[in-house]
Amino acid sequence: MARITLDKLRHSYMETPAADADWALKQVDITWDDGGAYALLGPSGCGKTTLLNIISGLLRPSQGRILFDDRDVTAFAPDQRHIAQVFQFPVVYDTMTVYENLAFPLRNRGVDKATTDKRVREVADFIDMTHRLDERAKGLTADGKQKISLGRGLVRTDVNVIMFDEPLTVIDPHLKWELRSKLKELHQRVRLTMIYVTHDQTEALTFADKVVVMNEGEVVQIGTPVDLFERPQHTFVGHFIGSPGMNVLPCTVDNGTVYLGGDAVAVANDAAGAAGGSLEIGIRPEFVRFAESGLPAHVVKVSDAGRHRIVETRCADQTVRMLIAEGVEIPADGVQLAFDRANTRLYADGWMVGGNSVAGGAQ
Amino acid sequence: MNKTVNQKAWLFVLPVFILVAFNAIIPLMTVVNYSVQETFGDNTFFWSGVLWFTEVLQSERFHDSLVRQMIFTFSILAIEVPLGVAIALTMPRKGPWVPVCLVLMALPLLIPWNVVGAMWNIFALPDIGLLGYGLNALGFDYNFTRQIGDAWFTLILMDVWHWTSLVVLLAYAGLVSIPDAYYQAAKIDGAGAFAIFRYIQLPKMKRVLTIAVLLRFMDSFMVYTEAVVLTGGGPGNSTTLLSIDLVKIALGQFDLGPAAAMSIIYFLIILALSWVFYTLMMRNEES
Repeated sequence: MARITLDKLRHSYMETPAADADWALKQVDITWDDGGAYALLGPSGCGKTTLLNIISGLLRPSQGRILFDDRDVTAFAPDQRHIAQVFQFPVVYDTMTVYENLAFPLRNRGVDKATTDKRVREVADFIDMTHRLDERAKGLTADGKQKISLGRGLVRTDVNVIMFDEPLTVIDPHLKWELRSKLKELHQRVRLTMIYVTHDQTEALTFADKVVVMNEGEVVQIGTPVDLFERPQHTFVGHFIGSPGMNVLPCTVDNGTVYLGGDAVAVANDAAGAAGGSLEIGIRPEFVRFAESGLPAHVVKVSDAGRHRIVETRCADQTVRMLIAEGVEIPADGVQLAFDRANTRLYADGWMVGGNSVAGGAQ
Repeated sequence: MNKTVNQKAWLFVLPVFILVAFNAIIPLMTVVNYSVQETFGDNTFFWSGVLWFTEVLQSERFHDSLVRQMIFTFSILAIEVPLGVAIALTMPRKGPWVPVCLVLMALPLLIPWNVVGAMWNIFALPDIGLLGYGLNALGFDYNFTRQIGDAWFTLILMDVWHWTSLVVLLAYAGLVSIPDAYYQAAKIDGAGAFAIFRYIQLPKMKRVLTIAVLLRFMDSFMVYTEAVVLTGGGPGNSTTLLSIDLVKIALGQFDLGPAAAMSIIYFLIILALSWVFYTLMMRNEES
């Protein structure tokens, strides 16, 4: 068990990275608290797996350090770091039985027979595999194999962190939910640090206490699911999380007042300090409503999404999406929109104006 | 529903039947035909029953060449399979050297068999060949045309040179199909190099290795060209393998009956041993 600190990590797959784009990880500083449930969320190719492989020791970072508690483990091999990892495609040792698979990490470390047997049976109970211990691992279904991969991590008592690299990719949809809640339950029982990599926001938000959102090799925000939804620090977070994502509308600022088209818009943050190339207003569709007087707009499209409808409007020559509850009437023509001030924010070059950037560590 | 009987349907099978008859059944039946008849020339034949079969099975000559054949086949299998796997394990899995290695490995397989035999014959000549001359210069008394041990050494070395590549390529194909995650998981599980080989690489190579062993078994059991060009079965009869002996009987002595009986026995041995190999190696597959 340990607190994991990533200190100024940078990684490139090239020999001599020059341009910004050559870095798979631009610079990452995160502290993962002992026993936390974290998700690492981001689109494909954003550097999630690279970061994970650096923590597990499968990859050596180009620059920076990794600390487990206060020990520098940057140069350590995976087996010296006492970590466990569950991969996207289930890894089981085909020729072994379920029991032998679970015992394998212990046998490799020379743990005695009695202890091994005890641990294997405990873990088999954890992952509901007790009745299948003598079966060949090869014959299991994908979710069974994934449980075995997880079990091989749990069986060791010295594990600092268990990492999951999109572990539900090959699992049938109806089993995904079950396995996910199983993981959550498991975390509460064993209180091990878990890092869950995914590009699926539902998986991330349901599993994790803290979500680390990554984009193009950097961490853009670390926060609770509520933080990410209500206070996105970056337009990418606003857009990536939520369905549909946040409206991001180019705007102008004059004398501390934000203008969308020709109309002033009240924002929650202090617009006075706004500087930078591109200024944008960010507002989630949930916080846009029809009003008596506001920004003039017209309705383009209404699509039904079950409990609510997604209304697409044009306002100041831009597309503004809003969520309207079932039963609320949608005005036919010449509508006016109002933005909820507390949830309207000004962003400069993608980052929230006056925000505290990435929010430090993942405390 | 009543099925209508239409015998004309047989016509559709006829072309295939004719083709198979000409390329397999008729030649094979000719051999069977010879194997149960006796002739004194003049194209007259007499029924002789299983005479030739009992004669071949009891002849010391056949026993000797069968034993030589077994020694040859199992020696080359014992060398080529482990060596091929070992070479495949050391080959790079990624990078610019992959095609270079593959081409180098494939080269011996592209050389015609009689050329391989001729090459090695000259290569091993004690007076002018690099191998023969070199060994003698180093103080070994090496002469593959006169000494039985040297003849066998050269014969097996030639086959290893010629055919290990096949095992390497097949084993390599099995190795590169293993996803990286297996190696990563093994590292995390603390597995050493031997455990990785035993529990990941070997099981994943099993199918291709089965094919490799079967191919090498069948091919080496039927080896003729290279061996006959290299040693001609000599010195004496010391390297006369089954196929060489068969040709001597059939074409050298023109003993059609015994040669035909021997062909059939030869064929049945290969068939039976292939079946045994396959069954043994696939025994655990079903479960």
